[in-house]
Amino acid sequence: MLSTLLSQIVNGLVTGALIGLIALGYTMVYGIIQLINFAHGEIFMIGSYGGLAMFTYLLPTAIQNQWYFALPLLLIAGAAVSVGVAVLMERFAYRPLRNAPRLAPLITALGVSVALQEAVRVFYPGATAALPFPKAFVEGTWEIPVPGGTVPLRWTGLLIIVVALVLTFALNTFVNNSRMGRAMRATSQDRDVARLMGIDPDRVIVLTFVLGAALAGVAGVLNGVDLGFTNIDLGFQNGIFAFTAAVLGGIGSIKGAVAGGFAIGLVKALGGQYLPGGTAYDYVWIFVVLIAVLVFRPQGFFGETERVRA
Amino acid sequence: MSFLEVRNLTVAYGAIQAVRGVTFSVERGQIVSLIGSNGAGKTTTLRTISGLLRPVTGEILLDGKPIHRLPAHEILGLGVSHSPEGRRLFARMTVEENLRLGAYSRHDEAGIVADLDRIYDMFPVLGQRRRNKAGLFSGGEQQMLAIGRALMSQPKLLMLDEPSMGLSPIMTQQIFTTVQELREEGTTVLLVEQNALSALALSDHGYVIDLGRTTLSGTGRELLADPRVQEAYLGEGVTG
Repeated sequence: MLSTLLSQIVNGLVTGALIGLIALGYTMVYGIIQLINFAHGEIFMIGSYGGLAMFTYLLPTAIQNQWYFALPLLLIAGAAVSVGVAVLMERFAYRPLRNAPRLAPLITALGVSVALQEAVRVFYPGATAALPFPKAFVEGTWEIPVPGGTVPLRWTGLLIIVVALVLTFALNTFVNNSRMGRAMRATSQDRDVARLMGIDPDRVIVLTFVLGAALAGVAGVLNGVDLGFTNIDLGFQNGIFAFTAAVLGGIGSIKGAVAGGFAIGLVKALGGQYLPGGTAYDYVWIFVVLIAVLVFRPQGFFGETERVRA
Repeated sequence: MSFLEVRNLTVAYGAIQAVRGVTFSVERGQIVSLIGSNGAGKTTTLRTISGLLRPVTGEILLDGKPIHRLPAHEILGLGVSHSPEGRRLFARMTVEENLRLGAYSRHDEAGIVADLDRIYDMFPVLGQRRRNKAGLFSGGEQQMLAIGRALMSQPKLLMLDEPSMGLSPIMTQQIFTTVQELREEGTTVLLVEQNALSALALSDHGYVIDLGRTTLSGTGRELLADPRVQEAYLGEGVTG
């Protein structure tokens, strides 16, 4: 009994860490330009195809089986492809709409989302169905001993948790302590005054997309390694969860995105185990929690009552 | 050649013309005031000089070169610093972070640290509470921080929009004394004020803006003595 509960908590933490990594991109972009970038889930999905392409077409066979060489290269490729697509998306889809009514970029984001998914389906060889993803890490599980049994934690799951925590810590340090991080916070608090400080908002906005996309690309590769496959619809599913996590945590807040990610991961795992209907009702429980939180605390866990920020 | 020249400026927010023919100039080392009633177009004029707004027609020349098509961050780089109306501090950031944002365009860490110390000497209350969030300070202290932040870019031209707004008379006096000290150190100051008496008293030159146009100009002394200015902006208390 206890080991079942703990197993589900472990599962929830792995899922939550992954969702949190994606949620950071939603929350940062919202903090700077008040746009829910619905295409961000696709940036995550494209990262996994970036990693897969690196493995399939560029890595010499000799290295393919040595995960400690392969994994870093996959992560770099995934992040690079995600960043590249995000920079193009910002430049050509969102920047021209900078002064348009807020609905215009929002609808554009939905369009970009569909366009990216279809682009991968059409142009990536074999992407019309799920593709096997290399298990570029230690396989198997760590059986954590607990009273009355053991709790399994996949090594790839542990990897996701560790990478997510390290990257979140790095991001938080960057935003709070670096000159560019200060410029990001200034731009999110008052864009006109940021301009008076000599900050070029366009540069800050691009940087925000770059950071969010890099995290999403890394998440995409890690998810592929953990699942053993990737598919073009993974962006939509995880994007919805991550967006919900960002709202739950308080959109605009970095720690909120991570906390929201873990909250959703845990609801998903524990709801699937203990609530009637099982895993088929994932979305139901997640959105019930979201609605409940928004009713009693509309700004989310860490959000502020006014406009919120990174 | 004047340091700053504004010629026939017109600026509109959509269909509404906020500035419809403002002309004035600022000489190096001067304090120049723009006075006028609420809504006359003074703030819009400053926002256009600093590049937040684009003029419909007219020119803004800094050292003889047109700057009115440049983005705001480049205008700051030319030495024009603007402390906006209402102070607009980054309320959730500390005093030191606000000041460091003022120095965003600079890369000389040693010089930035020296200037931080200079601001803390000028306004000791800021130095004592440098790790406190800017939003927690009183109006006068916030104004000090706003001026300090604007000075951190080492401007040649400092533009202050309503620095006395919401301040006690003592605090207002202190801010104006600071403005005079800055001029003595060689900073050119362009001041926008509703508090016309105090502003003109310390200005080398003043311009009256009314309904979006410059209507009168003269030295601070001349404008203070002008019956039209007295009637419109100074109130009866000063005429006697």
